[in-house]
Amino acid sequence: MILMERRNALKAGGSFGLLALFGAFGLLKSGIALADWNKPAFTSKTMDDALAAMGAMSPENNSVFIHLTVPEIAENGAIVPVTVVSSLPKVEQISIFVDKNPNVMAANFIFPEGTEYMVTTRVKMGQTANVVALVKADGKFYRTAKEVKVTAGGCGG
Amino acid sequence: MDMNRREFLQMLAIASAGGFLLKSGVNYAASDTGHLYDLPKFGNVSLLHITDTHAQLNPMYFREPDINLGVGTMSGQPPHLVGSALLKHFGVKPGTVEAHAYTSLNYVEEARTYGKVGGFAHLATLIKQIRASRPNALLLDGGDTWQGTGQAMWSNGQDMIDACLELGVDIMTMHWECTYGAQRIKDTEEGALKGKMDVVAQNVKTTDFGDPVFKPYVIREMSGVPVAIIGQAFPYSTIANPRYFVPEWSYGIQEENLQLTIAAARKNGAQVVVLLSHNGMDVDLKLASRVIGLDAILGGHTHDGIPVPIPVKNRGGTTLVTNAGSNGKFLGVLDFEVKAGKVTDFRYKLLPVFSNLLAADKSMSALIQKHRAPYESKLSEKLATTDGLLYRRSNFNGSFDQVILDALMKEKDAPIAFSPGFRWGTSLLPGSSITMEDVLNQTAITYPYTTLTEMTGVQIKTILEDVCDNLFNPDPYYQQGGDMVRVGGLEYTCEPNAAMGNRIQDMRLDGKLLDASKTYKVAGWAPVSEAARDKGGEPIWDLVARHLRSEKVVKVTTPNVPHLKGVAGNPGMI
Repeated sequence: MILMERRNALKAGGSFGLLALFGAFGLLKSGIALADWNKPAFTSKTMDDALAAMGAMSPENNSVFIHLTVPEIAENGAIVPVTVVSSLPKVEQISIFVDKNPNVMAANFIFPEGTEYMVTTRVKMGQTANVVALVKADGKFYRTAKEVKVTAGGCGG
Repeated sequence: MDMNRREFLQMLAIASAGGFLLKSGVNYAASDTGHLYDLPKFGNVSLLHITDTHAQLNPMYFREPDINLGVGTMSGQPPHLVGSALLKHFGVKPGTVEAHAYTSLNYVEEARTYGKVGGFAHLATLIKQIRASRPNALLLDGGDTWQGTGQAMWSNGQDMIDACLELGVDIMTMHWECTYGAQRIKDTEEGALKGKMDVVAQNVKTTDFGDPVFKPYVIREMSGVPVAIIGQAFPYSTIANPRYFVPEWSYGIQEENLQLTIAAARKNGAQVVVLLSHNGMDVDLKLASRVIGLDAILGGHTHDGIPVPIPVKNRGGTTLVTNAGSNGKFLGVLDFEVKAGKVTDFRYKLLPVFSNLLAADKSMSALIQKHRAPYESKLSEKLATTDGLLYRRSNFNGSFDQVILDALMKEKDAPIAFSPGFRWGTSLLPGSSITMEDVLNQTAITYPYTTLTEMTGVQIKTILEDVCDNLFNPDPYYQQGGDMVRVGGLEYTCEPNAAMGNRIQDMRLDGKLLDASKTYKVAGWAPVSEAARDKGGEPIWDLVARHLRSEKVVKVTTPNVPHLKGVAGNPGMI
C-alpha cells in the first residue's frame, strides 16, 4: 500500500535527505517570519489588542471566502488541528487566534506571491474558545471564527 | 406472568374473540399484535437496520426513558418525546403492544404481560421472515454491538462477531467497538469479516497523515440498483471513551468529507445513498439539514426508538432520518422504490422484537449457547433480589444507577459518587434475582476501574457542568449523546435551558450547600485517562457484586434525580 510505503519511508528515513529538506524548508520559513515578527501581536492578551497590533481593528466577517476547519469538540486540547483556506485573491497573511488563550495569537503565516492560500497547523487550547482566522488580502482584513469545545471527556454513550 | 409464545398467542386469540380485558383494564386487541410482523413487500431496494444491540444476545427487558429532554430548537421535537406525548406525535394507539415498545407507560405491568424483548435468536427469525419477501435486502449494523455484556467483554467481542456473521450482517460501522483497541477492530475486519461484512466509516482518519482507516462507503447492487452505504462512526470515540484504545485514530463529524464522499458515491453510479450513522439523532437531524444528496440516515447511538422517519429538508431535497432504539429491541425496515435512477417513494417500519411472538432460530440459539457455556456459572451467580424495578435509561439517575452509586459510596466510604450516564443497561422487574450477569449488563467495559478522588466543590461543579453541556448544548454538534452523569449523595438543581456554567445550581450534601473550596471524597468508575488506567482500581462489577451479596435484598427507592428547573410542560418528561 502506498500509505505504508510513505510511513515506512519516513520511519526508515530519519533519512539525511528528508531531514535536509525539512531543514531547508524551516530555514526559509523562519527567515521570512523573522523579518515580520510582530511581537506586540503575539504577546497580546485580548483579541482587541491582538487585532490592533495587526492593524486590523474591524476586519470584515467573511465565512464564504475564508474556509476554517476545526473540530467541533477537541479530541486533545493540546493539539487541536486548524486548517484555513482562503479563496480571496492576493492573500498576504493568514493568522490564527484562540480568543481565550493567555496569548491569543497562535500563528501568523506570510504568503509570498504565487503561494496556494492554505495553512494547516495545530494549536493548544486550555478551555472551550473561539478559533479565529484572520486573512489579509490586497491590503484589507477579513475574519471568520468557529467555537471549539474542550471537554473533560468520559461518560458518553 | 411470563408467558411462552403459544400461551401468548392463545391469550390474544381469546382476547380477539371476547373483547377480553387484561387485569390492567386495557384491551389488548389481537389486531395489535396479529399483524405486527406482516410487512407487505414494497419497492425494489430494502435496508434492514439494527443498532446499539450492546451484545444482548438473549431476550431481556428494556424500559424506555421517562425523561429525555430537548432544549432550544430540539424542545418538544423527536426524539425528545416520551410517554403519551410520543404516542400522540406518532399516532400510536395507547395501550397497544407497540405503545409498550416505544414508551415506559405502565411499564412493569405491561412488561409482565408482553414479556421480554430482543434476543438474537428471535431477531434472526424476524430477519429471515422479512428477507423471505426481500431476498436482496441488506442488513446494516450501526455499531455498539460488541460491548454490553460480561460475555462479550471476556471474549473480546467474539460472541457478537460470530452472531452478526450468523445473522447475515452485510455492513457495519462502530463506536464501543473501539474500546477493544484499534488492533482488534482491524484484525477482525481483515480476518473474520473479510469477504463477508464490510466495516465503513468516512470520519475515521489517522492522526499523522489524515489517511482513511476504513472504507468510507461501499456500493451494493439490489434489483439492478446500485446503493451506496456510507459509514459514520461515533464522532467522539476518543473523547467519551479512552483515547488510548485508538491513539492513532482521529474522529469527528467531518461534514465536508461526508459531502465529498456522497459526491464520490453518486459519481460512481450510486442511485441511492444512505448514511449508516452512529452520530446520535440530534446530530443526524442537523447533519441532514446541511449535507445534500443523502436519501436517508439510518441512525443510532442515542437509543431512540422512533417509529416514523423524520423528513429533513436541505438545499438538495429531503433526507429521511431514523433511529432504531437499542438492545436488539427493534429492527428497522426501510423500503425504497427507485425508478429511473432516483428514489421515488419509501416505506419505513420500526418493528419491536417481542421474544414471545417470534420463535427462536435454532442455529442462532445453538451459537449463543456455545458462546455462553464457558461463562455460565459465573454469569448465573445470584447476588441479591430486587423488590422494585431496576432500570437505567433516563436523562438522570435510573434505579440501577442508584444501586451502583450506593455500592460505590458504601464500599469506598465516600459521601458522593459519580457513575457514567450510559444509555445501555437492561431492566429488571420487581421481585427478580440480580445475577452477576445483570450487574455486568450495566458495567461491562474495558476500563472498569473504580476510583476515589479528592475534589473541591468547584471541581465537582465543573465536572457536572461539563457533562451537562454534553447533554444539553443547544447545538447538537457539541453534544456527545450520553445521559447526565449519575450522582450519588449530592443533591442539586439542574436547569437544562441555562447556558453552560449556570445549569448546575444549589448543590447540597446532607442539606448543606457545597463549599466551593472545601475538599470532598468522590467515588467513581470508568475513568478515561491513562493515569487512572495505570493506577488500576477494583473493577466496578466486583465492588457492586460484593455490595449486593451483603445487602441480599435491594430496596428500590426513588433515584436521586435533580430538581429540574425551567422544563415544566416539556413533552420530554413524564
